[in-house]
Amino acid sequence: MTDKKGYFGGFGGCFVPEVLIPALKELSKAYGDARKDKKFIKELDLLLHHYAGRPTPLYFAKRFSQTLGSNTRVYLKREDLAHTGAHKINNTLGQVLLAKRMGKKRIIAETGAGQHGVATATAAAMLGFPCEVYMGEEDIERQALNVFLMKLLGAKVISVVSGSRTLKDAINEAMRDWVTNVRTTYYVIGSVVGPEPYPRMVRDFQSVIGKETKRQIVQAEGRLPDYLVACIGGGSNSIGLFHPFYKTKVKFIGVEAAGLGVNSHKHAVTLGKGRVGVLHGSKSYVLEDKFGQINIAHSISAGLDYPGVGPEHSFYKNTKRAKYVSITDKEAVNAFKMLSEIEGIIPALEPSHALAWVKKFAHKLFKNKIIIVCLSGRGDKDVDIIAGYESNKRKI
Amino acid sequence: MNRIKEKFNLLKANNKKAFITFITAGDPSLSVTERLVLEMDRHGADVVELGVPFSDPTADGPRIQASSMRSLKAHTTLPKILNLVKKIRKKSNIPLVLMTYYNPVYAYGIKKFAGDAARAGVDGLIVPDLPPEEAEELIKESRRFNLANIFLLAPTSTKERIKKVMQKGSGFIYYVSLTGVTGERKTIPPDLYKKLKEIKSLTRKPVAVGFGVSRAAQIKSILKKADGVIVGSALVGIIEKNLNRKALYKEFNKKIDLFFKIIHKK
Repeated sequence: MTDKKGYFGGFGGCFVPEVLIPALKELSKAYGDARKDKKFIKELDLLLHHYAGRPTPLYFAKRFSQTLGSNTRVYLKREDLAHTGAHKINNTLGQVLLAKRMGKKRIIAETGAGQHGVATATAAAMLGFPCEVYMGEEDIERQALNVFLMKLLGAKVISVVSGSRTLKDAINEAMRDWVTNVRTTYYVIGSVVGPEPYPRMVRDFQSVIGKETKRQIVQAEGRLPDYLVACIGGGSNSIGLFHPFYKTKVKFIGVEAAGLGVNSHKHAVTLGKGRVGVLHGSKSYVLEDKFGQINIAHSISAGLDYPGVGPEHSFYKNTKRAKYVSITDKEAVNAFKMLSEIEGIIPALEPSHALAWVKKFAHKLFKNKIIIVCLSGRGDKDVDIIAGYESNKRKI
Repeated sequence: MNRIKEKFNLLKANNKKAFITFITAGDPSLSVTERLVLEMDRHGADVVELGVPFSDPTADGPRIQASSMRSLKAHTTLPKILNLVKKIRKKSNIPLVLMTYYNPVYAYGIKKFAGDAARAGVDGLIVPDLPPEEAEELIKESRRFNLANIFLLAPTSTKERIKKVMQKGSGFIYYVSLTGVTGERKTIPPDLYKKLKEIKSLTRKPVAVGFGVSRAAQIKSILKKADGVIVGSALVGIIEKNLNRKALYKEFNKKIDLFFKIIHKK
């Protein structure tokens, strides 16, 4: 789907300082070679199976489905059951294995919620790399558990105090490190963002989600689903689920974080409210002011708190292949609690946005439909936030 | 003729090197920037680069990041900077280059930007996150308005890249001395001369060296091979140390005089 220059329609590209161009060309070539190398593919498959626990189950959420009525059948793709508790491991195993193949000596990454940081630290530990993770100071405060996990895994967590002190600034700082240490260092980007070849490479590594889902739903229902629903921050779990269904008639729903509301200026609704711009190496929708300065995003969920989005999503939006909607902090928290109580599954706040959308709209849209929600991660990391949110609410 | 080209021709005819300066426009205010540019002109700078502040300056070190943030806090915008250039042009003929990340230009509209910038009196553009492959539209519009497109080369640039940048670039070639972000460094990277020699063997365009350049010994040895040096963080540092102090202009000029002496007096 990408042309030679790494564009999805008019989105994507490679907007980086000259010093990184040779490194990105090297990466692009190394990735191209690796994906044709049966040995590399087999090694990754084995790791995904024996180490990360794939395939993850596709679980029929019976009680959740019953609350929706209309004979809707909701399946959850259980990425929360993958090693490290989220889909992020699919990508980091692929990329760190590639780093090894390329002979790099050091791994760096950025992280928002900490899930990508933990998954990178995990893959680096297992494959024997030193690892440094850039994380915004604000995210370090709200995701203390993941910070501790990264340290246990032997990674160094570097606090980023510039700008909004969240994911966007962690990416800036990781890029500065990469510019400086480009000859020896491999930068593991955690989402389908960044310059070519990252968006398509991360998409490929995450496509294991959709490929498994396709097989599993046909086995369970004898047909493809009607809807795929997933949350969107940078957009990696959603693209991973959507992409293998691109040529089918299955409808895609991407759920962005509306924070305190789409008209509140405190949201992360990049596709819904943004404009086309260039951030972190690619052209895509961004949240910005009229002078092209990037706005600060807001979401209760650190993993969705990003003013950019992967270029392939911008392409899906403009070609109407996917529909992009949004869910507020409050609605996400309610869905978080609901799934915990009626299914015994504590979801991360990120996929709680996808669940909330289904909960809110299923009765209007679907009759006798099969919906698959990507449960991209588990909620252990978010229990403090939920507790804080509840006590704040009582104070008000 | 484009003022940058004219300046380099003149320097070459006199067997001199270019003293290129950088400050962020609007740090701490546009009126201070106006005066600083005029001072730089008076004190012997050959080309002035004005930084357009951006919220996410990934190629910059802490000092220029902080400078960009001060400028944004003062509500500096690209249209206001173009107005500033208009004002400066009434008083000075010094070649002016805008150094900006791509997104503010993209938001302004490339076509409109090239025309407005040229009419305001801008002579060249440096867009560090816009490699030649992505710059087709900007190059096309810049040519229409006789704006120079100054591209960067880096220690990691291959021969093939060097040739490509030569072909697309105009004004001068900006050689980034090191793999890294902007900011002062104590030493010169060991591969600098070799790379400069390689670049000079492939082009007759002037090559100026920036990033990490601030010390006398560094500058002197760089100028054995290069046609100019670019000094940024060291000057931004003077602004930072003298925020809201009357001594700013005196201190700033002292620094400019010092660099002028290193570069132009033998």
